[in-house]
Amino acid sequence: MSPRLRWRKFVSGFMLTMTGVCALVAVSVLFFILGYLVYHGGRSINWNFFTKLPTPVGETGGGMANAIIGSAKLLLLASLLGVPIGFLGAIYLAEFSGSKVAFVVRYAADLLNGVPSIVIGIFAYSLVVLPFKHFSTLAGGFALGLMMIPITLRSTEEFLLAVPRALREAAMALGASKWKTIATVIVPAAYRGVLTAVLLAFARVAGETAPLLFTALGNRYWSPGWNQPTASLPAMIFAYAVAPYEDWHRQAWAAGLVLLGLILVINIVARAILARGIAVPRA
Amino acid sequence: MAATTTVPSAGPIAGSRSFLSRLRDGDEIARLITFLFAISVVLVTLLLIFELWQGSALARHKFGLQFFFTRVWDPIAEQFGALPFIYGTFITATVSLVIAVPLGIGAAIFLAELAPARLSDALEFFIDLLAAVPSVIYGLLGVFIVVPLMRDYVQPGLKNTLGFLPLFSGPAYGVGFLTAGIVLAIMVIPYIISVSREVLMSVPRDQREAALSLGSTRWESTWKVVVPFARTGIMGSIFLALARSLGETMAVTMVIGNTPTISASLFSPGYSIAAVIANEFTEATGNLHTEALIELGLVLFLLTFLLNGVARLLIVITAQRSGGTAHA
Repeated sequence: MSPRLRWRKFVSGFMLTMTGVCALVAVSVLFFILGYLVYHGGRSINWNFFTKLPTPVGETGGGMANAIIGSAKLLLLASLLGVPIGFLGAIYLAEFSGSKVAFVVRYAADLLNGVPSIVIGIFAYSLVVLPFKHFSTLAGGFALGLMMIPITLRSTEEFLLAVPRALREAAMALGASKWKTIATVIVPAAYRGVLTAVLLAFARVAGETAPLLFTALGNRYWSPGWNQPTASLPAMIFAYAVAPYEDWHRQAWAAGLVLLGLILVINIVARAILARGIAVPRA
Repeated sequence: MAATTTVPSAGPIAGSRSFLSRLRDGDEIARLITFLFAISVVLVTLLLIFELWQGSALARHKFGLQFFFTRVWDPIAEQFGALPFIYGTFITATVSLVIAVPLGIGAAIFLAELAPARLSDALEFFIDLLAAVPSVIYGLLGVFIVVPLMRDYVQPGLKNTLGFLPLFSGPAYGVGFLTAGIVLAIMVIPYIISVSREVLMSVPRDQREAALSLGSTRWESTWKVVVPFARTGIMGSIFLALARSLGETMAVTMVIGNTPTISASLFSPGYSIAAVIANEFTEATGNLHTEALIELGLVLFLLTFLLNGVARLLIVITAQRSGGTAHA
């Protein structure tokens, strides 16, 4: 073996090993994050965290019950806005639209998807907070719902388009009208994919903080109804992590663990649903 | 005269008959309803642009282009210059790319070229999970892990070895441009890996085989043939990562130090566009302050709009190229 070839083989082996190291580093970051959160969060989490209100500044103890309920309410509102628009819009794109309208809608959705979340916050502020004259659950839910729309829309459309032509034609040949074909054949055939799309969109907005800062604002007490500022888990993590109190840091870790746990579980469930096979093979 | 009245009227009747029958089947109703939902996406997006434009009118008129070149940000004197924030945004994004691009592309090469399919898919699963971690969690880890590490070990270490460079001078606070860049890098690596891996895997097999059969080593075939083939797509993933870095709020706000400074030193605390909006928007005193912040939002929107557009274009170009070659 010539020295030249030996050198080339050495370079090859070395560089390929380095790429392996890169992959190892990238993946180990996940395990590090998980490990650290479980370690710190696990030590700090207790029953009070789920059942008690935050204590006044300076007192230790208390929990984030209001933030957990607040997050649930915000996500409910977000889903009520984001899922119907995303889902029905996707049906229009996949089944009804001509290519020109579809192009415009897809372009708008991609644009909306790329908007930084803090800008979505500004938008929700000027559209909902200013006219109602106060921060509210409603405004926060609106901001999160806006972010759900493009994610749901684009992936639902993809799964609808993956339904084989033969199924559509079979339904049409039996005399079903178009919307009956969609409702009884196409959507059921694609439902795993659609469910995955919705779950992933939900998980994505569940951890969003920036759009909540000046829409839902935050609240140290319960937030009755939909028209009051409300606490939420991500905003609480932010507020508690940057505050100078030891006990708040502890609770921020606990909240981080709960939030990340929720998001990872939804992600894994969504992928499991998809991996068990879409009811139809990709055309 | 008779002809001109009958001809147009025949059309609508024939048309409306089929329209009516389609209406009875419900197709037209379904079409209309889904159309309204689809078009609402377009309307919302237009409204967003309009609100940003309208909401910043006062600041745009008052400061004009000077807004981007002034470094004074004084809400009390109503003087607003965006330069420190723009500077901070670009510096942190640059630092994050300097770290994330080699790591991310290296890992993507490993996943696409070397790892057995099952290992590659398993690792990709973890990397997708990593991409789903919310930014506030990265911020939390940044505040309690990265900042102390930087302050106690990394920054003193850099100062002792590379301290002669202006980049690594000044006191080690822990928070600052460098720390924010590192946290951002950790955040965007999964995006770079995911997209680059996809692009690399779409490179046709015969490209690799041709290179190997000409006697190149595995690395040479990867680096001199496969990667150049996928270059545009990889560039797309980098632009995507850049857009995310520029628009990221929480993780940056928590570790950048929130001081509007322009300094050559990466150790210096700074500020970014997204962070200043997050911190000052609710407490903005007076219309001009709010409008200046909305104008910053507009700038951020335009930047990410451009970058995302370029990114998507590059990825589509690569997809078409590999598709075309595969068919040929």
